[in-house]
Amino acid sequence: MAEVAEAAQPLLERATADELKHYYYQMLLIRRFEERAGEMYVKAKIGGYCHLNLGEEATIVGLMAALTQDDYIFTNYREHGYILARGVPPGPVMAELFGKETGVSGGRGGSMHLFDRKTNFMGGYAIVGGQVPLAVGAAYALRYQGKPGVVITQMGDGTTNIGAFYESLNLAKIWKCPVLFFIVNNGYGMGTSVEAGSSEPDLWKKGASFRIYGERVDGTDVLAVRDVVRRLRARAEAEGEPAIIDAVSFRFRGHSVIDADRYRDPEMVRRGRELYDPIRKFAALLLEHGVIDDAWLKSIADRVEREVQEAIDFANNSPDPKFEDLYKYMYATPVPNTPTAEDAIHAVKINHGEF
Amino acid sequence: MPVITYRQALNDTLGEELARDPNVLLMGEEIGLFQGSYRVTEGLLAEFGPKRVVDTPIAEEGFVGVAIGAAMLGLRPVVEIMTINFILVAIDQVVNHASKIHYMFGGQVSVPLVIRTPSGGTGQLAATHSQSFENWFAYCPGLKVVAPATPYDAKGLLRAAIRDDDPVIFIESLALYDTKGEVPEDSDYVVPIGVAEVKRKGTDVTVVSYSRMTAVALQVAQRMEQEGISVEVVDLRSLRPLDRPTIIESVKKTNRAVVIAEDWYSYGVTAEIAATIQEEAFDYLDAPVYRVAGLEVPLPYAKELSAASKPNANSLIYAIRQVLRGTKRLR
Repeated sequence: MAEVAEAAQPLLERATADELKHYYYQMLLIRRFEERAGEMYVKAKIGGYCHLNLGEEATIVGLMAALTQDDYIFTNYREHGYILARGVPPGPVMAELFGKETGVSGGRGGSMHLFDRKTNFMGGYAIVGGQVPLAVGAAYALRYQGKPGVVITQMGDGTTNIGAFYESLNLAKIWKCPVLFFIVNNGYGMGTSVEAGSSEPDLWKKGASFRIYGERVDGTDVLAVRDVVRRLRARAEAEGEPAIIDAVSFRFRGHSVIDADRYRDPEMVRRGRELYDPIRKFAALLLEHGVIDDAWLKSIADRVEREVQEAIDFANNSPDPKFEDLYKYMYATPVPNTPTAEDAIHAVKINHGEF
Repeated sequence: MPVITYRQALNDTLGEELARDPNVLLMGEEIGLFQGSYRVTEGLLAEFGPKRVVDTPIAEEGFVGVAIGAAMLGLRPVVEIMTINFILVAIDQVVNHASKIHYMFGGQVSVPLVIRTPSGGTGQLAATHSQSFENWFAYCPGLKVVAPATPYDAKGLLRAAIRDDDPVIFIESLALYDTKGEVPEDSDYVVPIGVAEVKRKGTDVTVVSYSRMTAVALQVAQRMEQEGISVEVVDLRSLRPLDRPTIIESVKKTNRAVVIAEDWYSYGVTAEIAATIQEEAFDYLDAPVYRVAGLEVPLPYAKELSAASKPNANSLIYAIRQVLRGTKRLR
C-alpha cells in the first residue's frame, strides 16, 4: 500500500467547488440512470443481460476524473456508468440498451457492448478477461506510434483469476505498455466471493511476480480514486510502467438485474448500502464543507431526474435498426460473395412467416 | 517469370509490406532472432529491427489479444501462430473479439489483423500437431479465411490480407513451404479475398479443394488425363467468404463433383461444399458428391498409420473413379 498523502490535504485544495459539484452530479446521474435502467429491464424495454453500476459511482467518477482526452478505456460488461462519466450523453446510451439505431453501438451491441469512438471509449466486453489483452494492445499501439495517453482496462475482481489477466500483466511489463489494470473489487464475482475465488485476496498484490506495482483504494471515495489514478497514470505515461489499482466498493444489488442475490446475507446487504453509499458519503462531505446546500442538492436531483427521463424518452422514440442493414457492419473492407441487403430482407420475410 | 518457393513468396511479401507501410508489424514466437520456426520470417529482424519484427513470449491468448487491441488503434499486425494447433489457446480472442468488434460496435472501429499459421499434418507430428482447424474459423461470421495453394496465390492473398481492414486468418501448410511456382517480379498484384479460381479446366469431373489438397488435385488431374479422364480443379483459395458461384458453375458443366480436404470428415469443409452443391446444382448431378477427408482419429504417430489417416493422391483417384461410375461413398 502506498502513502495516501493526498487525503491529508484540505478538501478545497484537492478540487475546486465546481469540480466537486460536477463529481456529485455525475455520480447521481449514474445512480438514477442505473435505477431507471433496472425499471426498464423489468418492463422488458431492455433485453439480454443488464448489469448495473449501483454502489460503484465513486469508483467510476474518480477514475474518469483522472483521465485526459488522449486516454483510452476498455471495460467489462458492467459499463453504463463509465461511458456516461466519459461524457457521452445518456440518450444514446439508453437507446443502445433499448436496441435502437440511435444507440451508441447502433443497436448492435446492447448493454454489455457500449462503444464511443469520439471519446476513446473502446468498448464494453462480455467475456470475462477478454478486454484485458486488448487494452494492453492499445497501449502498445500508443507506445509504437509515440503518442501521449494511457489505456485503462477496467475489470471485476473475478477477472483476476483468469489466464488472460496474467498473460496481459506479463506482456504489459516486458513491452513497457502505458496501461492501468483497474479492478472494481465489489467483493463478488457473480456469487463467488473474492476470498473463495482468489488464493491472494489482496488483489493489488497480484502484479508482484510480474514486478508490477499495485495499490488498494477506497472505491467509495471519489477523490481517493481520482488521486490514485492520476498518480499512477502519470507514471504509466512517462515511464511506460503499468500498475494495478484495486478499488474496493460494495455492490448494492445482485450481479445483474435478474440476480436474486441469494448468496449474500440480506442484513449485510442492507447495512452495506447504508455504510458504503458513495453518494450519501460525498453529499455529507460537501455539506459539511459548505460547498453545497440542501437547495442545490434538490436542484441537481431534479436536473438528473429530467435528464434520465429525457434519455428514456429519446430511446423510446428512436427507430429500430432496419432489417436491410442486418449485414451492414459485417466487414470494414467489402469483398465478393457476402450476403446483401436483399438477402437480409428475404430471410426476414420468411422468418416473419411472410411467404 | 521467376520461379520461387511458397516460403519465399511469403517472406518477400512480408518484407515488401513492412517497407510499404510503417504501421505493419510482425509478431509471433521465434519469428525474429530464431528467424521463424519454418523460416518464413528469415532475415526480416535484421532488415527491419525489433520494433517491426517482435518476438513474443509463449502466450498466444495474450499476444493475439494485444495484436487485436493494437489493430483497433490503427496498427496492422501480422501475427504468426507457430502451428494452428496452438491457436486454440487464443480462440477466445479470435472468435469472441476480433470477429465481433467491427459489427458489434456498429462499424465504429475495425481490426486490420492477419493471423498466419500452418495447418494440417505431415512428417509424423502426431495427434496434437497435425490438426486442421480452418473450418472452425471459416464457421465464424466476421472473419475472413484464406488458404492459398501456390506461391502466386500466397503472395497475392497475403498482400490482400495485410491491406484488408478486417481480421484475416491466413492458412499455410508445412508441406507447401518448399513447393515452387511462378511469381511475377516488380508487380503489386493482389489476389482478391472471397474469390475461387479454376486452376485447371476439365469436362468429366470437378474436384474442389484448397491449400495442399489443391496441389494434390492438380497432380492427380495431370495423371488422369493420360487415362483419358478430364478433371476440372476448383481451388477455393478463400474459405470465408466462400465463392459458391464458381463451384456451382463448374459442377453444372461437369455434372460430377469430388471434394477433398485434409480436415476430419464429419462437420469438415467438405461437408459445407457438398451441401452447397446439393442445394444449388442438384438437377445437374449425375452422381452423388464424393467427399475425401481425414480419417477420424487423433492422428497416430506410427509412420504408416499416420500416412494412412490423411487423404492423398490415391484416395482422390479412387474417389474420381467412383464418381465417374456413379457409385456412392462407402465408409
